[in-house]
Amino acid sequence: MSAALRYALQALFWAGWAGAYFAFPDYLPLLGQIAIMAIFVLSLDLLVGYAGFVTLGHAAFLGVGAYAAGILAQQGFGDPIVGLFFAAAVAALVGFATAPLVLRGGDLAGLMVTLGIALMLYEAANRLAWLTGGSDGLQGVEMGNVLGLWRFDLFGRVAYLYSLAVLVVLFLLARLIVASPFGLALRGIKGNRRRMEAIGTPVQARLIAVYTLSAAYAGVAGALLAQTTQFVSLDVLSFGRSAEALLMLVLGGMGSLYGGMIGAVLFMLAHHSLSELTPQFWQFWIGIALIALAIAGRGGVVGLVARLLPKRRPE
Amino acid sequence: MSAPVLQTEALVRRFGGFTAVDRVSLALAAGARHALIGPNGAGKTTFVNLLTGALAATEGRIRLLGQDVTALPQHRRIKRGLARTFQINQLFAELSPLEAVSLAIAEREGLTARWWKPMRAHHDIATEAQALLDRLRVPAAEMRAPTADLPYGRQRLLEIAMALALKPAVLLLDEPAAGVPPGESREVLASIAALPREVAVLLIEHDMDLVFRFAERITVLAQGAILAEGDAAAIATDRRVREAYLGEPADG
Repeated sequence: MSAALRYALQALFWAGWAGAYFAFPDYLPLLGQIAIMAIFVLSLDLLVGYAGFVTLGHAAFLGVGAYAAGILAQQGFGDPIVGLFFAAAVAALVGFATAPLVLRGGDLAGLMVTLGIALMLYEAANRLAWLTGGSDGLQGVEMGNVLGLWRFDLFGRVAYLYSLAVLVVLFLLARLIVASPFGLALRGIKGNRRRMEAIGTPVQARLIAVYTLSAAYAGVAGALLAQTTQFVSLDVLSFGRSAEALLMLVLGGMGSLYGGMIGAVLFMLAHHSLSELTPQFWQFWIGIALIALAIAGRGGVVGLVARLLPKRRPE
Repeated sequence: MSAPVLQTEALVRRFGGFTAVDRVSLALAAGARHALIGPNGAGKTTFVNLLTGALAATEGRIRLLGQDVTALPQHRRIKRGLARTFQINQLFAELSPLEAVSLAIAEREGLTARWWKPMRAHHDIATEAQALLDRLRVPAAEMRAPTADLPYGRQRLLEIAMALALKPAVLLLDEPAAGVPPGESREVLASIAALPREVAVLLIEHDMDLVFRFAERITVLAQGAILAEGDAAAIATDRRVREAYLGEPADG
């Protein structure tokens, strides 16, 4: 794919977000959810797609961020931006604290630990009803205005633009990170860990760093969920959330930031339209799509598009 | 002889009841061209893994540039000037040689914790990576292709390039010509012969041609212990070595 074509497709992607605001005013709540899921998948992409570290419990950080921001607002600190930073910090802290556990064993053991941590947090949130509202969900989340200016409205306009703005900022930050020496080192760890050790990289320290970063991103996504719906349900910590995010990432294409985001968009749109068409069977069609993509080759939708479009001329 | 750059003192590694490396004391002088040979299973690769820190020693000491590094983890030893190549390629299939060598240089410069400046903006790294691959005669088109697409011989060269990018004081070459088809081996051998003289090289090798062409000093390992050590001529005529090693079937 030529550089010009690539930039054109990227511009189209962002123009789609902007255009959707005007084209589908009735669907803004859904579109806002999609933007939030795109952040969540971006966070997973940094960890799985770039560093090659698979997790089955990423919802842990989504949930921690959601409850952190929700409880903060419930306690009367309703500034959304402060809430985002608070949620990112709490999620990062949980990520940093659990990273050594997750990274300790081999690949499979690590996978089990991610799953275990998420399950434990789910049960903890269920039991600590005085703090989290338990299975009734967290009520009484009162949000202030975004930047003190924009009030969350009934139609989800502010919520959408707010979520989209956060997505743009976090995307730009992620793009900077993956292009840096740190980002290259992550790809190196994914590609060949033994070689990275042999060139003198403290692999464990790099993985802890990216795990923490990814947790913070997921925490922000969770905070946005809590703030824009003014409610937190136990579902944010569920295994289903972790699994769905992985599906979105694989669908869109791992290891490319656009891949993760496009996967989130496609999955959420498919989920919405298929569940309207056939409420019971929407997962069936998602399954078909996943199998088709797996057979069509690696790289998800993004990889497929790159292969269908004309090849870049050799330099 | 000046002080050795790398030295082991009675190094031992046991796996359960099996002693893979048995009281090996070896000294590598500055700028040395030293070969470590021995039949299959003699403990050569285990010895290399002990030197780099991929395996912990059961007993004994390792000194690098005069300092005891026995207790240091692998990445710390490498930062102090030790580099290795692998007998079986350990490369980044999806990265190009330029990216891979740039990554090694970035690590040497202690930059891989930095996230705020793109690789592209580190012009000095790109220039250095390019120069290193040029010196190893990697064609320009291959420098930008995914490593997985390169011919095997070129991948062996990239193994050496990754190690040289670290500007080591000591270079461990673990069977650098292993598996290279005859048509591609000349380049690999030429690049080994052209290694900078300030680097001390320990060559672990099966190929006797390469050993006698390259090494000034040879250590023979058998069943984990040193059987003989001397210059190339002395080893070639050593009776015990002939019995233990050179007399074995020629496939080794």
